[in-house]
Amino acid sequence: MLKITDLHASINGKEILKGINLVVKPGEVHAIMGPNGSGKSTLSAVLTGHPAYEVTRGSVEFYGKDLLALSPEDRSHEGLFLSFQYPVEIPGVSMVNFMRTAVNEQRKYRGLEPLSATDFLKLMREKRAIVELDNKLASRSVNEGFSGGEKKRNEIFQMAMLEPRLSILDETDSGLDIDALRIVAGGVNKLKSEKNATIVITHYQRLLDYIAPDFVHVLYKGRIVKSGGPELALELEERGYDWIKKELGEI
Amino acid sequence: MSAVQQYIDLYHSQQNLIADHSSPVMNALRDEAVALLESRGLPTLKDEEFRRTDIESLYAPDYGLNLGRVNIEINPYEVFRCDVPNLSTLLYFVVNDTFYAQAQPAAGKLPEGVLAGSLCEMAKQYPQLVARYYGRAADMKRDGTVALNTAFAQDGFFLYIPDGVVVEKPIQLVNILRGNVDFMVNRRLLIVVGKGAQAKLLVCDHSDESSVRFLASQVCEIFVDDDAVFDYYDMEESSENTAKVASVFVRQGARSNVLVNGIVLHNGVTRSNYYSTFDGEHAELSLCGMGIVDKEQSVDTYTFIDHAVSHCHSNELFKYVLNDSARGSFCGRILVRHGAQKTEAYQGNKNLCASPQAKMYTKPQLEIYADDVKCSHGATVGQLDQNALFYMRSRGIPEAEARMLLMFAFTNDVIEQVRLDALKDRLRQLVEKRFRGELAKCSGCQACR
Ligand SMILES: Nc1ncnc2c1ncn2[C@@H]1O[C@H](COP(=O)(O)OP(=O)(O)OP(=O)(O)O)[C@@H](O)[C@H]1O
Ligand SMILES: [Mg+2]
Repeated sequence: MLKITDLHASINGKEILKGINLVVKPGEVHAIMGPNGSGKSTLSAVLTGHPAYEVTRGSVEFYGKDLLALSPEDRSHEGLFLSFQYPVEIPGVSMVNFMRTAVNEQRKYRGLEPLSATDFLKLMREKRAIVELDNKLASRSVNEGFSGGEKKRNEIFQMAMLEPRLSILDETDSGLDIDALRIVAGGVNKLKSEKNATIVITHYQRLLDYIAPDFVHVLYKGRIVKSGGPELALELEERGYDWIKKELGEI
Repeated sequence: MSAVQQYIDLYHSQQNLIADHSSPVMNALRDEAVALLESRGLPTLKDEEFRRTDIESLYAPDYGLNLGRVNIEINPYEVFRCDVPNLSTLLYFVVNDTFYAQAQPAAGKLPEGVLAGSLCEMAKQYPQLVARYYGRAADMKRDGTVALNTAFAQDGFFLYIPDGVVVEKPIQLVNILRGNVDFMVNRRLLIVVGKGAQAKLLVCDHSDESSVRFLASQVCEIFVDDDAVFDYYDMEESSENTAKVASVFVRQGARSNVLVNGIVLHNGVTRSNYYSTFDGEHAELSLCGMGIVDKEQSVDTYTFIDHAVSHCHSNELFKYVLNDSARGSFCGRILVRHGAQKTEAYQGNKNLCASPQAKMYTKPQLEIYADDVKCSHGATVGQLDQNALFYMRSRGIPEAEARMLLMFAFTNDVIEQVRLDALKDRLRQLVEKRFRGELAKCSGCQACR
């Protein structure tokens, strides 16, 4: 479904991604790990079309379409979803209004009628249950005053509402307490099927204990420098990144 | 000839005509007003408080004035399509600067003793009552526009709520501007809310979408006595060919509670002055407003809250959204006089420049001469939050819609201040329509469409 070829991207003239290659197929779970500042969030921002980044080389295909040619909103409509590392607070825009607009825009793109108010609220209730998101949060402004953990939970709630084909979870585990981690990971698993895929960006094995990856990649200095199976994550947990840097001849 | 001279000359040549078509109470102030105009003139761009609106150029054209009170053939009910339809109001009209007497709610609809109607007529019928208030709050020395209005105003709207009377139904006054030539109107509003009385007034401004220019000068005096509660909503939905220079003067008695909310939905050039004085302790004022301006429109607001006595509370919030090459200005002065202890005064002015060409000037001015007070002010001029915009787009919300939601959210807390649910709902719709570009001109009059 996703094919990234030799992707280079920069921000403010500074090159961050330096030739990423990655293929994701339906049903797969890919974990991307890597030291701070290696470019993991940049990759998710570039894939979702953040206007601050400039793609200088390479291509991204999503279900045969040129993903990079689409606006951020159309990438979403095509089934791409990002759970933000730092979800944005939007004071004055209610969660309900925000979600209703998002869901109905997606339906419009797919040639469907907007949901009725009752159907929409029913959908909200159903999906809220998946991540046990408090009704009180759903009636507030988007992320405004949410705790770190509540924001992450809200991201997965939105994912449940939009039912994407490919989800990128950028450090969704950070900020979650032990119970919340179980609930949120459980939510992600409930949404999994053989038709959709997940890219999990994380620093820790504990999330991968819940969301079992098929592939693990190490992103370092804007490149995927190592790929392997689930055992690679365990090895990183144990040994850190130095051995990889050594392999690269850096130390 | 300077802009002001033509008015001075006009006054001297038409003095009798003006007086004949007005009332003695209003006539009594004219000579003093003209003398002030002669000695001080109109404000200029050099005047600190008027640096952002070129008053002289607004007054310079050779406007027609209807000093002889020639009847304008118009049925406002036919022309005016009420834009606040869910709001059941007691509806009055002022066409240009003449109260429209043919269509007004039956007197029986108002509680006993309440007076509402033509200022000119009321001043003839109840000269002592009107004289007690007329011109007493509107300080002509403030600036030349107030003096000029006082010299020429012949009519307008008078509202009197006797002590202890509660008017449940909101009162609505619709000002309509119409004309075939460049036209100036001088309107006058006088509102008296007695001890412990309560009322809500919504004033809507509409103008004809014709090719002529309008200059609407309006002076509104509001007296709110002890323990009274009064809401004043001012909503402008005029056309780009309209310039409005308006001053609102509020005097508040002890324990009174006043809400003033000035909303500019669509306009040409608007200069609004809000002056408020606390005359009695433990009074509260909520002074707020918002404006949505684009193209070449401009909105310029000056506020002055005088904490003359102790234990009063003022809360001020103005928000403006500017697009295209629009210009905006907010200057908010708060004076806490010596001895006005336990004053609480909060001021906020937040602005959103949604295009790079739009410009906003903001200036808070706090002068505090008492030591036991709580005061704060904050002013911001910002752009749309790019991260929020991207976040919304990443959820499939198209950019234009996302911008609209953010702009709407920005103005929402001013709409939240409205204490009339039907008006609040209607305002939300109008503001949304405005941001969607569906309210590109005055939509209040059928004549405009
Ligand atoms: N606006 C910017 N201008 C210049 N450099 C930037 C800008 N934004 C990000 N960077 C740099 O890009 C690099 C990659 O950042 P990114 O957020 O993608 O890292 P990450 O792998 O997600 O790190 P973390 O694990 O800490 O989340 C960092 O060195 C960062 O400082
Ligand atoms: Mg990151």
